[in-house]
Amino acid sequence: MALLEVLDVSKEFPGVRALDGVSFTLRPGEVHALVGENGAGKSTLIKVLTGVHQPDGGELRYRDEPARFATPMDAQRAGISTIYQEVNLIPLMSVAHNLFLGREPRTRLGLLDEARMHREAGEILRRYGVTTDVRRQLGTLALGAQQMVALARAVMIDAKVVIMDEPTSSLEPREVETLFGVIRDLHAQGIGIVYVSHRLDELYRICDTVTILRDGRVVHTGELAALERIRLVSLMLGRDMSAVRREGFTGFAGEHATAADAAPVLEVTGLSSRRRLHDISFAVRPGEVVGLGGLLGAGRSETIKAIGGAYPVDSGRVAVGGRELKRPTTVRAVRAGIATQPEDRKAEGIVAGLSVRENIALAVLPRLSRFGLVSDRRIDEIVRTYMDRLQIKASGPDQRVGDLSGGNQQKVLLARLLATRPRILLLDEPTRGIDVGAKAEVQSLVDELAGEGLGVVLVSSDAEELIEGADRVVVLRDGAVVGELRGDDVTTEALLQTIAAAAEGETPDDH
Amino acid sequence: MTPIVSDPEAPAAAVAADVRRAERTDRVVGLVQRQGAPAVLIAVVLVAAASFPNFRSFDNAATVLVAAAPLALIALGMTFVIITGGIDLSVGSLYVLGGVVSAYASQWGLLPAFLAPLIVCGLVGVLNGILIAYTGMAPFIVTLAALLGARGLMRAISDEGSTTYLVRSDAFRRFGTGSFLGIGYPVWLVVAVFAVGMILLARTRFGHAVHAVGGSEDAAALMGIAVRRTKVRVYVLSGLLAGLAGAINAAKLGSGVTVLGIGLELDAIAAVVIGGTLLTGGAGTITGTIAGVLLLGVIQNMINQVGNVPSSYQQLISGAFLAVVVVAQTYLARLRRVT
Repeated sequence: MALLEVLDVSKEFPGVRALDGVSFTLRPGEVHALVGENGAGKSTLIKVLTGVHQPDGGELRYRDEPARFATPMDAQRAGISTIYQEVNLIPLMSVAHNLFLGREPRTRLGLLDEARMHREAGEILRRYGVTTDVRRQLGTLALGAQQMVALARAVMIDAKVVIMDEPTSSLEPREVETLFGVIRDLHAQGIGIVYVSHRLDELYRICDTVTILRDGRVVHTGELAALERIRLVSLMLGRDMSAVRREGFTGFAGEHATAADAAPVLEVTGLSSRRRLHDISFAVRPGEVVGLGGLLGAGRSETIKAIGGAYPVDSGRVAVGGRELKRPTTVRAVRAGIATQPEDRKAEGIVAGLSVRENIALAVLPRLSRFGLVSDRRIDEIVRTYMDRLQIKASGPDQRVGDLSGGNQQKVLLARLLATRPRILLLDEPTRGIDVGAKAEVQSLVDELAGEGLGVVLVSSDAEELIEGADRVVVLRDGAVVGELRGDDVTTEALLQTIAAAAEGETPDDH
Repeated sequence: MTPIVSDPEAPAAAVAADVRRAERTDRVVGLVQRQGAPAVLIAVVLVAAASFPNFRSFDNAATVLVAAAPLALIALGMTFVIITGGIDLSVGSLYVLGGVVSAYASQWGLLPAFLAPLIVCGLVGVLNGILIAYTGMAPFIVTLAALLGARGLMRAISDEGSTTYLVRSDAFRRFGTGSFLGIGYPVWLVVAVFAVGMILLARTRFGHAVHAVGGSEDAAALMGIAVRRTKVRVYVLSGLLAGLAGAINAAKLGSGVTVLGIGLELDAIAAVVIGGTLLTGGAGTITGTIAGVLLLGVIQNMINQVGNVPSSYQQLISGAFLAVVVVAQTYLARLRRVT
């Protein structure tokens, strides 16, 4: 018996065949992994299942009957809940109101029952490890907690199907465990789960079945445990298995040749910021990739932002090529040669409504303009150079960036940074939410740039990426440096040990 | 570089204290954001009462309230519109149009005098709402067009303003000029409408939908909120309230006056923003809007008390108030985000 089923579904957008004869079956109590590169059609399939898009052809069946969801609300009412990759809640509303929005309990008079909402919200969230005051504005919570609220919201209605799109991308390890506990509960209740993730470890831990999409088609579907990991990757990429084995999982080549005595291009000394950062110091030499390790909330992103002039600093100094950056602002940092790739690509990086060309040209305009006028020809030159070099897949320089896949959006962002000819590149989660192929390309690009003498600071919650990509790893915890790995010590084990050791140091030992 | 040992002061207890401090800051800032305007109003009233003996009189208070009644209704509708992230510039024109229509319809009695402006202005609201919600046109442009259109319609009805319709219904005129417990009927009506408005905004699904649409339209749609329907409804509400305000004014003045209402939409926006509603949408309260309206009214009244000060000073002071509030709001919002 199938809970939710699509048969031979097609969906076309102008110029793209997003889904091409896709069939997909979800059984009750099944945790079904949906994988594929970005642009393979996962998002489109999810949107067809949840009533955001209507299929052009084929059939949608729900609980053994033909179904049609005209809006997300229709799908929700029928019992199909979705949690999206980026938290899709209302930041200005309270936690409790977000949880109950659109299905608030009402009193006999038809008015909202605030007392009941608050009571129940508190009870529900406690099960998800969130113990905050439910009257607080949602937006003032940490991202992980917000994601948990989204999850609680998705599950608490009488859901028969829960669709999770990259649910762990903003969760801490502890929260991931809570999430998996919830998934096991749902599984036991006979609820079907569609689980989308790029993290293979998670898929193998929690999923029963897998469907692999590539270029809008299903290339494999079956039991996940029976599918070798390397085979899964090669099916996703459409690449030869032996090639995947030879090249490894990441696109990094290895160590970079750096003269140990070269003068550092970036020096950070005693960086402190109210409550979040405590006396952070490290240096980056030309051609070196320095990783910042640590758990979520350790202060990695704040450090990056502080160096880039986008985070308030109380004391400490940042020097580029020996010259101190006085009273850092983003403008001064960019002028000094610091290019920052922010963690949140959509909110702080690309301008989705503008074209590829405009996005790349944004940051170089000051450099290219003379008397306030900008030469179109010179912009075209730069745009062409970087589109070629970064292999940006777009229909042309005039395509809207918002229509590109995540990987290509990230490349556009990198192109913009590189066009400013920086000396230092600060990368915050450069491969988050982008597909395996683009990931490898971005990684080898980072390698290449370091090879050309750029100093790179890399933040990644993907341990493999951090270890293989960085020459040295500075480990942070609670906004302070707790250790540094260098040379042969740069291994996943050493990283975890340093983080764990720091965590133990937290137990009250008298001093 | 030598590895730096973890700051011994940093560990768990300090982190927990940080979290507590952050939650406390959040509560305090939230309270100021919500209750700032009423607090300022009380302070201004106390100062005025201490400085001007005449201000303290019951009659004066009643005058302030009656004068503020039309603006209050318009600002109420504007509060809903602004919380959805929109703006309604047509309300000043609709207010005048409503007054003229109401005076004209009063020849058939009390009820038509109320219903006719509600129907006319409500329809303009429907048009505004549909254009904004279903074509994606900017609220600013759509309601600017409605502002011009409604003014033109009013001119046409009144023969370029040369025809003034007198209120023919005695019952309607009594409503405008009479009072209960020393306070004019219009004020009681406004109080009742505000009570309904408060419940609507804070205690109904519609009210939550209004907040959600302004907070994040995409997220609201994905959470199953009927975004378009919600938008249409707030513009209809705004139109209806502008029409009602016009009717009240016609009843009060005994005729449909055609020269009022220019720039009234801006006063309403000012009152709403002074009341703490975010111009970017997503948050706002009706108590704040009441305080904003009364603040503008009290400032005007104070200036009248002083005597020979030109009334343009009232606008100067109101403008300064508005600027201070916007700066304070920006600061408070930032405080809340960083913590």
